[in-house]
Amino acid sequence: MTLFKRLLSGCTIVALMTVARADIVAPGDVTIENLRIGTSLTGQAGDPVEGRKVFADRKLGNCLACHVNSDIPEQLFHGEVGPALDGVAARWEPEQLRTIVVNSKAVFTDASVMPGFYSLDVGENVREDLVGVTILTAQQVEDVVAYLSTLK
Amino acid sequence: MNRKLLIVLLGTTSLYSMVSRVALADPSEGPLFIDGEIEMITRTESVEGHPLPEVISGWHYRTESTQALEADSFENPGMLAVEEGEVLWNTVEGSEGKSCASCHDDAAESMATVGASYPKWDAGSAKPINVEQRINMCRVEKMGAEAYPFDKGGQKPMTAFLKNLSLGEPVRIDVEEGEMQAWWERGKEMYYTRTGQLDLSCASCHEKNNGKYIRADHLSQGNVNGFPTYRLKQSALVSLHNRFRGCIRDTRAEMPDAFSDELMALEVYTTWRSQGLSVETPAVRQ
Ligand code: HEC
Ligand code: HEC
Ligand code: HEC
Repeated sequence: MTLFKRLLSGCTIVALMTVARADIVAPGDVTIENLRIGTSLTGQAGDPVEGRKVFADRKLGNCLACHVNSDIPEQLFHGEVGPALDGVAARWEPEQLRTIVVNSKAVFTDASVMPGFYSLDVGENVREDLVGVTILTAQQVEDVVAYLSTLK
Repeated sequence: MNRKLLIVLLGTTSLYSMVSRVALADPSEGPLFIDGEIEMITRTESVEGHPLPEVISGWHYRTESTQALEADSFENPGMLAVEEGEVLWNTVEGSEGKSCASCHDDAAESMATVGASYPKWDAGSAKPINVEQRINMCRVEKMGAEAYPFDKGGQKPMTAFLKNLSLGEPVRIDVEEGEMQAWWERGKEMYYTRTGQLDLSCASCHEKNNGKYIRADHLSQGNVNGFPTYRLKQSALVSLHNRFRGCIRDTRAEMPDAFSDELMALEVYTTWRSQGLSVETPAVRQ
């Protein structure tokens, strides 16, 4: 590949990324109606396989810290601070699950201990490098929601 | 009751709770005797104004083997630090050519109540001080020695030694003296303030959810009666302010400095909450 071509393809990738990013709903712009967030935060469908990984990853969702989920038996020690998520898709619709993951306090009460994974309405004294950063990205939220929707 | 039998009995109850841990996550039964002799108060009615009816030692929430380690002072790895502290007590340091013993003689007598009654109001600095700070005051003002930096030098061993002298004594602090009340208020405010990206307060875990598992950790009430504690995970003695900082870090928040006004207020308030429980220093935790 010539240098010129390489630069050109680089530019296209950057341009594509910019287009994709423009479609992402920022944390402050998420609209919740009747406990629902009606559309994907990225305009893309979530990937349940990715979502399962995000769910279990201690540095990402870390959902197993607080929830039992028998769909992930390979991971030891499921927490019990929140309810077991077995069959959760039968209790909530995907649009509601999206709200729970984005900002659980909008569905439960302000006293909920479940973190808001796509919210900037967080605690005091946030670690400096995390100010203005959500726990999960918009796409990771969509992936987790797609995964939760498989837990029938 | 003979000591071996007691440990076996203790072991059985907690093994049971470990095996069926999801179904039964209640704190295990006691009682805890150290070396089969000193009976520890590990559950007791809380003081007036406490949000929980009963205060329960972190010992109850640990596994059988961890509990047994604490019950036997020969097995307890934290006792090494206590012995180290005793050596330091008799060691001459600083420009005045004195050791702690030069002025205080037998620690078992002169320091018998110290470990159960701090933080105390210090009129000189118009602030509450804890045992670590009291040790440093004597080192600097009475011995002409350097203050121990946080968690360094002899700070943890000396603190463990002094607190261990109150083993079994119920924690009881005076929140009426000086301006302790204002510090108590500030500590209480901190206890209920959610911090960090995860938006959790001390109360989210230790008040609302004690008795439940958060991942592999059995959440206790976060009482302070065992500090410095020996943590198996770190294979080391861990100071109270180190533990505070760790719990705050886990909410993904900035950590206040050790002995800062924030953490001193938190120590005053959490010690008030832990009142009535025996000093367990050095407690063994996972
Ligand atoms: C710190 C603990 C904690 C973590 C971490 C946590 N949750 Fe929760 N979650 C809760 C609690 C507690 C509830 C119950 C609602 C309430 O009272 O707040 C809950 C409720 C839920 C519900 C509704 C369950 C039902 O059956 O009604 C879903 C879905 C859920 N969480 C998904 C997740 C996902 C996905 C993650 C990871 C991205 C996660 N949670 C991480 C504590 C947590
Ligand atoms: C030169 C004498 C002297 C030496 C040496 C000394 N202290 Fe003290 N210490 C005092 C005096 C006097 C007090 C009483 C309070 C005051 O006047 O400051 C005190 C108070 C204390 C207290 C508070 C007791 C209570 O009931 O609250 C502790 C704890 C203490 N010393 C520990 C130590 C330790 C540990 C060392 C060695 C590192 C040490 N001291 C060395 C003189 C000394
Ligand atoms: C995300 C949950 C969480 C939060 C929030 C939290 N802690 Fe902890 N804390 C733990 C866990 C887990 C342990 C180890 C198991 C146990 O004893 O609960 C622990 C242990 C402790 C201990 C040691 C208890 C013992 O018996 O040795 C103290 C003290 C403590 N925490 C105080 C605090 C204080 C004060 C705060 C608020 C600044 C706080 N924690 C916030 C989870 C938390």
